[in-house]
Amino acid sequence: MSRARAFVVSSIVLLLGRGRRRPPRQAERVLPELPPDPGAETVVLALLFAAALFAAGFIVVYAVDSLPDHTQLLGAALGLSLLCIAAAMIIVAKRLIVTEELVEPYPPEEHPGEQELIVQLVAESGDRITRRRLFKLGLGAAGGTLGLAALAPALSFGPLFQTKYFRGTPWRKGTRLVDESSRPYRASDIEENDFYTAFPEGTSLAAREDLGAPIVLVRLPKSLLKLPPELAGFDAEGIVAYSKICTHAGCAISTYRAPLFQPDEPRPALVCPCHYSTFDPADGGSVTFGPAGRRLPMLPLSIDSKGFLRAKGNFDDEVGPTWWGTRIWRPQP
Amino acid sequence: MKQHASLALTVAVVALSSAQGKQLYGQYCVSCHGANGQGVTHGRTIGGAPQRIQQQQTGVGPSLRGVGALAADFYLRTGYMPLHRVGDQPRRARVLFDDAQIRSLVAYIASLKKGPPIPKPHPERGSLSAGLHLFTDHCAGCHQVVAQGGVVSGALPPPLENATDVQIAEAVRIGPYVMPEFSTKAITDHQLDSIIRYVDWAKHPDNHGGWSIGDIGPVPEGLVTWFLAAALLVAICVVVGKRLRHE
Amino acid sequence: MIRRAVRFVDTRTATTPIVRKTLRYLFPDHWSFLLGEVALYAFLVLVATGIYLTFFFVDSTRDVVYHGPYVPLQGQHMSEAYRSVLNISTTVKAGLLIRQTHHWAANVFTAAIILHLFRVFFTGAYRKPRGLIYAIGVTMLMVTLLEAYVGYSLVDDLLSGMGLVIGYSVGLSLPLVGGNLMSWLFHGPFPGQASFWPRMYVAHVFLFPVLIGSLLTVHLLLVAMRHHTQFRQTTSESEHAARGVPTFPGQAPRSLGLLFGTAGILFLLGGLVQINPIWLWGPYHTYLSTNGAQPDWYLGWLIGGLRLVPSIDVTIGHYTLVPNPFWGGAAFPLVVFGFLYCWPAIERKFTGDYAFHNLLERPRDNPMRTAVGIGMVTWVLLVFIAGSSDRVYVWLNVSYTSQIDVYRVLVFVIPLLAAAIAHRVCEELVAGEKVDEDGHRAEAEARLART
Repeated sequence: MSRARAFVVSSIVLLLGRGRRRPPRQAERVLPELPPDPGAETVVLALLFAAALFAAGFIVVYAVDSLPDHTQLLGAALGLSLLCIAAAMIIVAKRLIVTEELVEPYPPEEHPGEQELIVQLVAESGDRITRRRLFKLGLGAAGGTLGLAALAPALSFGPLFQTKYFRGTPWRKGTRLVDESSRPYRASDIEENDFYTAFPEGTSLAAREDLGAPIVLVRLPKSLLKLPPELAGFDAEGIVAYSKICTHAGCAISTYRAPLFQPDEPRPALVCPCHYSTFDPADGGSVTFGPAGRRLPMLPLSIDSKGFLRAKGNFDDEVGPTWWGTRIWRPQP
Repeated sequence: MKQHASLALTVAVVALSSAQGKQLYGQYCVSCHGANGQGVTHGRTIGGAPQRIQQQQTGVGPSLRGVGALAADFYLRTGYMPLHRVGDQPRRARVLFDDAQIRSLVAYIASLKKGPPIPKPHPERGSLSAGLHLFTDHCAGCHQVVAQGGVVSGALPPPLENATDVQIAEAVRIGPYVMPEFSTKAITDHQLDSIIRYVDWAKHPDNHGGWSIGDIGPVPEGLVTWFLAAALLVAICVVVGKRLRHE
Repeated sequence: MIRRAVRFVDTRTATTPIVRKTLRYLFPDHWSFLLGEVALYAFLVLVATGIYLTFFFVDSTRDVVYHGPYVPLQGQHMSEAYRSVLNISTTVKAGLLIRQTHHWAANVFTAAIILHLFRVFFTGAYRKPRGLIYAIGVTMLMVTLLEAYVGYSLVDDLLSGMGLVIGYSVGLSLPLVGGNLMSWLFHGPFPGQASFWPRMYVAHVFLFPVLIGSLLTVHLLLVAMRHHTQFRQTTSESEHAARGVPTFPGQAPRSLGLLFGTAGILFLLGGLVQINPIWLWGPYHTYLSTNGAQPDWYLGWLIGGLRLVPSIDVTIGHYTLVPNPFWGGAAFPLVVFGFLYCWPAIERKFTGDYAFHNLLERPRDNPMRTAVGIGMVTWVLLVFIAGSSDRVYVWLNVSYTSQIDVYRVLVFVIPLLAAAIAHRVCEELVAGEKVDEDGHRAEAEARLART
């Protein structure tokens, strides 16, 4: 019974405070003395307890799965708890502690005496060496080559001196074109005003991520087709195939502008949604707008005896974004 | 006997409707789409009219023979047609006609030559995940992966939040303006059901992360970073610190 | 009890004199000095939330089929990395909160660094003897941009995957060495080998954070040893004496308040405002893309650069000396960072001012610096805005192609104009103050004469 009473009394004392504490008996204070601010104190206490409540709320919400908007409640609880502490700290800063404004000198610009000492130390320590230049050369040689040796294993990261891997694509002469479900495309599947994505037959899922694998197919009316001489015969009955990877920065060209009514509307074009490089499928993929500096590589097509679309060879130009050696590439048979 | 009667009645209604449609066609459409819907490629100068800009322009328009009820229904119910100015991209706009007028115009266009009927999609039969996959493959390059709309050089693929199931089905088969035209060979009816189911879902996508700020990614996120978060933090700094004194 | 603790530390570490000096170090009290602290606290939140995320993220591009609770991706092929982030965002309790807080913290961290950079630049705080501190700061900004980019690319979602291949292309476009360098980094052409993802992961969770942390430590130590700069606000401040608030008890609750405030705002954002909802984008495949893809805002200036440059590849015969993405993606940021690094030296050369400076100048007190700074900021901002001209096309129906053509001219004309205007404004503000001063003095004299 008396324990309960003691508990109640001590809680009341805690909450209401014991009045102003007497200053310590030492002669000199370090900090100036300022009066207390019980109002601010109460606000800070309330904020701290509110923070505790919110943090407890976080734990409760975390434990109860079935609450809706879980993420929002968790974020609100934790965020508000932290903000309450922040507010409490700021009020403490402004009202409950002493904010002194002191002045002190900047550290000196230099320490000339110490600098001299160090310079002299280093200079005198080399007194016993007669062939200084050679020593420096020796140290330099040892350190330099050791450094290079330490860096050498970094070459294992990848082929630094081999750029032939940029040339390869999974397409060969006779490779059949298949869709994403590995179903082969017939020429009759390809209709005008639509665009299709195709892969080489026999490639695994991982191999399809190669930049040289995906192509985009469109069928154009023969009257619109104006392929340059070096690409003559690359189409199959008006079906043309281009690399789906933009030569500017490597995004997939997943947009086809297919005008319904030619006289009034923009011409057919393959457009890249990243920086809007626009390629003309009728003339070999030349760039008609946008930053791409190189036209789209074209895959020559043929139709086999059963009506399936096949590649007649490899691309006429290197696929993917451009680098130093892109234009040196010659097409593989 | 009753069947014959109802059939006759239907035919009569359609004929009447079609006649009314022809009248409306003559009023609003013939200057660009030509008599009997044959299309106009060498346009004549046309003047202003209530449904288009008060300016002279050259009227050209595609043939409507064989486009069927499907296309007519789409263009009229979305307000794509009548076009405000020749050469503009047809976009969702004021719907000039009431339901009966639209039906009559549709009947007239359908009567010009046999064409596809108004589709009846069943999105509930489609699969949401197949829909997302198909939409990403065929549509996201223009319409953005959550159907918020996008940009291509020369056109504005619209956001799809106002598109009804029927309108989506119609647009896929028509390929309006510069949109590709997907036949049933390219996208089967069942695949179309899945796509429509996904687009419907995308109108209220899963935003369990909180306020969705547009579902288009980093641009609104940047705006929130600077105009909400940074602004609040600078405000806290100003409260904590002091302003410049002039003594 | 405090006495016992202090005694323990002193007897075990002999650091009491240093602790005393630290506790009484004077902080300048102007609010703009707190911007760097905001960045520091955002960094702490990044590290804390980041550590949590490392326990759930799987850094593997191995193909898996999704069978989790998120319906729209059921049965779809994706990498293990993407699936692990889907898992964090849908299944792990508080996972999405921590993930979103982490991403918001990255955005806010970068914004705070830039605000801090503005304060340092426009007040001349980088002048001797603080050039080293400044250079370390600029380096941290560069590393932060890279770190953040790698961080959100780790998720392997459609948006960030597109960003990764673009980054690869910019790397490829470096004259002469680009192809070799990228082939080395990725282990072959994009998308590289299975080892590439763990490389990005190690860079993001260890190498870059340790680098930033070390640079930050040196940065703060140097600031403390040389002492902060300050504005001259009263007669107490000069090049030789500093006025401020000591760490303890004055500055400590202020800084703590800022720490909890920053953390609080970040967690509130993390719970209430969605960021990077990767489940909506779907997984990345090289043969897929979406319209409306943008990088995070701190790389938005680069997408503007990439979109503005007209279609030119600089070739010599069959060799492509400068592929197109180089100008907007590499040269542009190199020029900007080059300017940031070299500006202190350029300013010294031009003004002949090689002296020590502990006092700051207000922006208006140095019109040339302010004008140059405003010009650079305007340039970067305009390119940044140009990068979102596709959304402007969507909202305001101004043709994208015309916007690009106009911006190509504006990005060079407007910064010069802005610099000229800034210069004039500074001069006028200073002249106005002088007029005020003269006016007050005249009134005081007049009052004296009347008595």
